[in-house]
Amino acid sequence: IQAQFNVTVRDALNQAMDEELERDERVFLLGEEVAQYDGAYKVSRGLWKKYGDKRIIDTPISEMGFAGIAVGAAMAGLRPICEFMTFNFSMQAIDQVINSAAKTCYMSAGLQAVPIVFRGPNGASAGVAAQHSQCFAAWYAHCPGLKVVSPWNSEDAKGLLKSSIRDDNPVVFLENELLYGVPFEMSEEAQSKDFTIPIGKAKVERAGSHITLVSHSRYVGHCLDAAAVLAKEGIECEVINLRTIRPMDVESIEASVMKTNHLVTVEGGWPQFGVGAEICARIMEGSAFNYLDSPVTRVTGVDIPMPYAKILEDHSLPQIKDIIFSVKKTLNV
Amino acid sequence: SSVVSQSDSCCFFSGCSRRPTSPSNTILKCDLHRLEEGPPLKAELTRDQGLQYYRTMQTVRRMELKADQLYKQKIIRGFCHLYDGQEACAAGIEASINPTDHLITAYRAHGYTYTRGVSIKEILAELTGRKGGVAKGKGGSMHMYAPHFYGGNGIVGAQVPLGAGIALACQYQGNNQLCVTLYGDGAANQGQLFESFNMAALWKLPCIFICENNKYGMGTSVERASASIDYYKRGDFIPGIRVDGMDVLCVREATKFAADHCRSGKGPIVMELQTYRYHGHSMSDPGVSYRTREEIQEVRTKSDPISMLKERMLSNNMASVEEFKEIDVDIRKQVEEAAQFATSDPEPPLEDLCNHIFYNNPPLEVRGTNPWSKLKSVS
Repeated sequence: IQAQFNVTVRDALNQAMDEELERDERVFLLGEEVAQYDGAYKVSRGLWKKYGDKRIIDTPISEMGFAGIAVGAAMAGLRPICEFMTFNFSMQAIDQVINSAAKTCYMSAGLQAVPIVFRGPNGASAGVAAQHSQCFAAWYAHCPGLKVVSPWNSEDAKGLLKSSIRDDNPVVFLENELLYGVPFEMSEEAQSKDFTIPIGKAKVERAGSHITLVSHSRYVGHCLDAAAVLAKEGIECEVINLRTIRPMDVESIEASVMKTNHLVTVEGGWPQFGVGAEICARIMEGSAFNYLDSPVTRVTGVDIPMPYAKILEDHSLPQIKDIIFSVKKTLNV
Repeated sequence: SSVVSQSDSCCFFSGCSRRPTSPSNTILKCDLHRLEEGPPLKAELTRDQGLQYYRTMQTVRRMELKADQLYKQKIIRGFCHLYDGQEACAAGIEASINPTDHLITAYRAHGYTYTRGVSIKEILAELTGRKGGVAKGKGGSMHMYAPHFYGGNGIVGAQVPLGAGIALACQYQGNNQLCVTLYGDGAANQGQLFESFNMAALWKLPCIFICENNKYGMGTSVERASASIDYYKRGDFIPGIRVDGMDVLCVREATKFAADHCRSGKGPIVMELQTYRYHGHSMSDPGVSYRTREEIQEVRTKSDPISMLKERMLSNNMASVEEFKEIDVDIRKQVEEAAQFATSDPEPPLEDLCNHIFYNNPPLEVRGTNPWSKLKSVS
């Protein structure tokens, strides 16, 4: 028996939803094309066939309406998974996510819970241009009352989605379309139906002593690739996978910075008011500041709407060479 | 008991003054949309029911007037949208549904908060922002909750998809419950309503969509806001009923009819309650720049819901003037006591500032106004 085998992120997400649908009859999935089409990106493949119309619901193209319906169902005792075909479309419904879901537990002083997961692909894809490529991590992570999760690999995807579904609070679960088809090794432990990853804890993917790279989602992979190249030049990078944007595991970043004295953040989103900006502020306010030998560097998407032409698109997002360049600048080598 | 029957149909506010002057034995017939039959032609009112509806409406009336007073004394702050004039809607609806049914409304919510079971004390103390308020002072006027009552919602129209979702949960759980989802004539033009109508009809959700048409969305009259002011028809493919919202019996019978419709699996239904608010949109609106004092006065004299019920019961010898006086005195006393509590109860402790961000969650740290301020949050 193989202890580990390769599972794509798509299949990991599918497994997570399948297991949670089976475990708790209050869990259901709604969204555009999630049922009979098997999911716009096939993430919910096979679920409608297994669970039927009651638990896997195709909606009309009505984001504000169906997101509100999902929130109402959560208030009345169900545990919905509300899929946005991409998070770009969540802007139609953002009032329901923030004002109806995120704030309600607080406004009601704990009387009214909203156990809901909003999930879907976030950030850039390939060639889908400006209106379909925005990263919403910073927008949602700004708001108290929400948890914002951003998995990278298949274990992340499965463990974090299960935790999100079991959480009694609104969770924004940011997937990445380009990662759906990527296979990753999944440990035997991760095969278990009870395998969950806690929300709010980062993971050190690679240990290193010279510099800390912090990232989330797809760019964790870029950081690891950059680290492999840099290792050949004798630069050892510690790569941290945030896994959760809010609440952010700042302690893990600080512990690493106190060891390496240098920090580079890497994200696909725009620089202004972004995830990297928040990390910079938190590091400055905390115990790790005095351990920095140079200012924190942010590697981000270019501050423009996403262009279409491939050469332009490629240069709109962090490439491995950008990370390598930034590491060397930060280390002053 | 008294049996009342329907008169000729009359459109309450379309310039028509054919409202019967005799208060007894008549309720107005409802206009119907996509329905062959409407609410029954006869309704029964027992003495106990009459006194109970009277008490409920008078309590809401006096509670709202007390809130007006407290607001002018600056003991209530921020938004305060009062319900006086519309009491028959809340009382009539509650009389027709079960406590296990669900209800959600917008921000003019104090009346429903009461009919859904929250005490006057807890309502007023929430308005004054004290720890004894129903939401511990964290929510205020627009954010009060109770079992099977989902507020109190501040964003115009957002409560409608929520209500459809609550109805979905009822259907999903197979519990034969339904959701009453209220909105105003202003919210009736929100796009998310039409998204909700579509999905509710498609999936046959047990949802009663009720438009409380009080003629004005803030300062904009219905004629200036809506291409069609037949709000009971705006559900298009969803059947609709237009109801005299100043007559508690009419509201009750229509809502019963609507509830039966939903519970029988026919899907959603739309009701328009024609009603009126005496106050302006909120306490910061005197309410006379966009309507005349004469109009307000006319409604008070000819269509006040509480007076109408009282007159009907008196003329049918169902209760005496003294009995009503006793009830009034008792309600005034209760409201006064509640106001006493609401003005003397302490504000929530500062330790509560960051609590209840999450439900069923381990304690967490919350950043205060500066980096050295680390506050604690528990569920």
